[in-house]
Amino acid sequence: MDWTFLIFTLVKIAVVFAVVMTMVAYAVLVERKVSAFIQDRVGPNRAAPFFARYIPFLGPRLVRWGIFQPVADALKAILKEDYTPAHVRKVYFWIAPAIAMVPALLTLAVIPFGSQIGSQKMVIADLDVGILYTFGIVSLGVYGIVLAGYAANSKYPFLGGIRSSAQMISYEISMGLSVIPVFLLVGSLNLSDVIGNQSGSLLNWHVVKQPLAFFIFLIAAFAETNRLPFDLPEAETELVGGYHTEYSSMKFALFFLGEYAAMISVSAMMVTLFLGGWTLPFLGLDQPAATIGMGLVHILIFLMKLCFLLLIIIWVRWMLPRFRYDQLMDLGWRRFIPVALANIILTAAVLAFVRS
Amino acid sequence: MIVSRKPLSLAERFYLPAVANGFKVTWRHFRRTVFEGKTAAGETAGGFHPEVPWKVEPGYRGAPYLVRDQEGHTKCVSCQLCEFICPPKAIRITPPGPDGQAADRKNAEKMPRDFEINMLRCIFCGLCQEVCPEEAIFLQKDYSLSGGSREEMIYNKERLLALGGTHSGTQKWKHKLEEAKAQEAFPVKTP
Amino acid sequence: MSTPTPFLPPQTAPSAETIRVKVDGRDIDVPKMMPDWQGKLQPTTMLQACQLAGVEVPHYCYHSKLPVAGNCRMCLVEFGTPMMGPDRKPVLNEDGTPKIARSVLPYEPGTPRGAIACATPISPGMELYPSSAATRQMREAVLESLLINHPLDCPICDQAGECKLQEYSVQHGQATTRFVETKVHKPKVVDLGPRIVLDDERCVLCTRCIRFTRDLVGDDKLGIVNRGSYNTIAAFPGTRFENNYTLNTVDLCPVGALTSKDFRFQMRVWFLKETPSICATCATGCNVTVGSREEVIHRLTPRENDAVNGHWMCDHGRLNYRWVGRSDRLAEVQVRLSSGDLQRSSWTVALDRVAQHLRKATAGSVAIIASARLTTEELFLLRQIGVRVGAIMDSVPRRGEGDAYLVHADKNPNMNGARATGVVGAEPGSQLPRIIEGIRTGAIRTVLAFGEDLVKAGCPAESLGRLEMLVAGDILPNATTARAHVVLPGCAHLEKRGTFINAKGRVQRFRKAVEAPGDARPEWEYLLDLHRALGGPSGPDNIEGLFHWMAREVPVLAGLEWSRLGDTGVTVTI
Repeated sequence: MDWTFLIFTLVKIAVVFAVVMTMVAYAVLVERKVSAFIQDRVGPNRAAPFFARYIPFLGPRLVRWGIFQPVADALKAILKEDYTPAHVRKVYFWIAPAIAMVPALLTLAVIPFGSQIGSQKMVIADLDVGILYTFGIVSLGVYGIVLAGYAANSKYPFLGGIRSSAQMISYEISMGLSVIPVFLLVGSLNLSDVIGNQSGSLLNWHVVKQPLAFFIFLIAAFAETNRLPFDLPEAETELVGGYHTEYSSMKFALFFLGEYAAMISVSAMMVTLFLGGWTLPFLGLDQPAATIGMGLVHILIFLMKLCFLLLIIIWVRWMLPRFRYDQLMDLGWRRFIPVALANIILTAAVLAFVRS
Repeated sequence: MIVSRKPLSLAERFYLPAVANGFKVTWRHFRRTVFEGKTAAGETAGGFHPEVPWKVEPGYRGAPYLVRDQEGHTKCVSCQLCEFICPPKAIRITPPGPDGQAADRKNAEKMPRDFEINMLRCIFCGLCQEVCPEEAIFLQKDYSLSGGSREEMIYNKERLLALGGTHSGTQKWKHKLEEAKAQEAFPVKTP
Repeated sequence: MSTPTPFLPPQTAPSAETIRVKVDGRDIDVPKMMPDWQGKLQPTTMLQACQLAGVEVPHYCYHSKLPVAGNCRMCLVEFGTPMMGPDRKPVLNEDGTPKIARSVLPYEPGTPRGAIACATPISPGMELYPSSAATRQMREAVLESLLINHPLDCPICDQAGECKLQEYSVQHGQATTRFVETKVHKPKVVDLGPRIVLDDERCVLCTRCIRFTRDLVGDDKLGIVNRGSYNTIAAFPGTRFENNYTLNTVDLCPVGALTSKDFRFQMRVWFLKETPSICATCATGCNVTVGSREEVIHRLTPRENDAVNGHWMCDHGRLNYRWVGRSDRLAEVQVRLSSGDLQRSSWTVALDRVAQHLRKATAGSVAIIASARLTTEELFLLRQIGVRVGAIMDSVPRRGEGDAYLVHADKNPNMNGARATGVVGAEPGSQLPRIIEGIRTGAIRTVLAFGEDLVKAGCPAESLGRLEMLVAGDILPNATTARAHVVLPGCAHLEKRGTFINAKGRVQRFRKAVEAPGDARPEWEYLLDLHRALGGPSGPDNIEGLFHWMAREVPVLAGLEWSRLGDTGVTVTI
């Protein structure tokens, strides 16, 4: 192992982590703003540091847009009393928020978020079995929630944990099945190869070639990230707060961050698998960058696509009511799994016919 | 009556019309707020909460307080019906007992030694007001109660009476006393 | 007490001969004669027949243990009798059943006429219609009349919640009043006696209180004065209603006219948790219902038990409950340190210390003073411990004034329990001088005093200081607990379960009404622990098991079962 590899990897990890955390914080803000706008409100517009008023013109506007709100939120989460109820199972109770948070971040390791800057490929780990790694890590995500539900030793978290285990395991199946046609098309499990396969034309994007797979993957992504309309594990109206009912302060914030980090990683997956990753099919933006500037442009393109998907996920939350539990299971097992299986067979048959 | 359910179409079973309609509605509101600058608070109250105080409409059920009659007497006679009916058990009345202070209203014989409402428990349901036979407790307009400690949020009799103000209603006990005094026989002894 | 009085009439069985009547169309055979308030057989009344048929007839003035007055008119019931032909033979319908003539007003044959069920005897073939429309109409009219001058001050009335006027108004009355004139106002808050307040406006003039005090207690103090709608209950001029049974009139009063000064404005009755218990003020053992809310006792009321106290109890016993909630109750286990100070300790430590000491004690050097206020089970356990360590045992007798009604001269509620378990001999207190002398001379070095103050029992306080070990199990602090080496906080009988054996030998059990303060535990619980620590069998852990163990060992109680005692008890021969 040479030193440059180690240093560059560490730098990439640090940068990705910083960017993702910032995005998480501002995704929360966007969530609150979008929800406010949809509900005829204005959203957070009060948090103002002392210096905001000295910034001419921009200062009051930044306050009104809520730009400082994530900072206030973070400060609050850190400074609040970290309360551990007496009846919980302490070890699991402490471990669960970390387990909920980490898998969401680990997934990002294999996402190619840009072509290359200089000689460095803009991916932390360019694995040949990227997608397998992703699914392996994603399936760990459920443990954080189940463990939180179990450790809290109280009825609502327990119900939330139970629901979440059933829901996430069910939708992992349709999610896994939905991407198989994509890899049939690509012929490789390496995510960089997946992006390469989508270059050239908008028609090469897998969202065009495999709309059904994208559709199923998108829905399953909602379920996997416990977002409305599938947020049954937390279901405030039924389960108070579900698996994180007993949590407070930073431990609660970790679940919160984990949820948004999971949104980001699953959106990154979708960008990579279906929306062409960092490429755009014109101006030669679909070829690995020759200059540092182009490399940055690629990263920007990736982020733009990511933000678009995040916006969709956020918007859907304020658009659709929560599914009933049986509807959720029915949709997962009796609609998506058969459709995904049919899609695999159809794609395989078409490919076999075309290639023979 | 049995309502027969219309069989769902394939699109409906995949929730597609629901998604489309949902987007239509949410977009309409989003557009109104972002591009036309209209908000619910702005339309109805003309501004936002701390700057533009919320107008409490008549009939609003805020915090329950005790009231005095027009002569400044405690109306409550400590019948404890509100304590009995209170769903979250927020009300706690200490009856006067045989040696307690006599009621400050003539002829009423009884008033509470203490009357506590735990505003942290109170759900502003209004059952106390409804059950009160003396028109002594009313849900008033306060909706934003805050305190620095739990003890502070348990309002005692003095505080409730001070917050409650006066309510001019029929003065049942006074009326009875006047009626008795007007009577030829039985000069009524009052406590 | 020994001779039956009107206060506690003999329990007479109804006659075996029956009469067939119809109640609401249902045939029922009722005894021809039933015991009246004095236990004498009298012709069965319509009200008793309806009660036997399971139909409730509302009433105010009627009470099974009071002479019948028939003045409230609430029990009016429409009835019919078999029609007689001129030949004195019953007139029959076409189907052969006797034709019934409904009672009607003589001058107005279309209007049904009721009879007061409490005072009208039944006759063969009679038909009673306690649920007919006419009966209901009569009740409604009577209630309307009773409510004409009623002040409707339920919010400040202590009777609210157990008021017959409220109950019957809901069941039989009408929702609104037609009375628009000015009501007659009567005296309120009349000080009738030391324990009774009268509100004349609420009175329905049923005269239950007058009859009770005149005919049962024999203290004729109350009467009705003035005329018509100005009728008022009052004490005779210059007298006060102050015998020892006045508070029974508060229970008797169907409305809120007579109220107890002690319970006045204390708590609304619907909040009270009612626990069947026993009065422990004397050896009579009146059955009581304890009214408590949130571990505070608010009142005692007599509970019906014809074998013990009928419907009644004395005022003294009824008001003797305040000490249970006293703030200076012993609530901590305390052990005296070598420095001489009492220090808070735990049950384990304290009982261990007692057991260690008792194991070393020689026979004859230990004395146990077991109060006859302890339950039979606890006395039994103390006896077992006493036999094990070879202790001299006795109890402290308490003699006082008795009366012809319910107050017994023996002020210990359970001296018969002490006799039955062998804690005392034939003459309670006969061992006390020996014990006190033994303490003084130093022959007795260990004393276990349960529920008794040795200083009050005659032992000089300074000689208690010479004891090696003084264990005081008590409820309230006294001179003995102040000098004890180990203080074990106990429970009042209202805070634990157990049995008392009253002066007549009735074994009566009582239930737990309130929680004991602090560390205090029922004596039987820690005595079981102590008995085990002294090498006794592991034995039972609950009061039922303890009772059954006792019933096996104590000949007087042989064959008794806890569950069979019921709430009214079983009589045994002492």
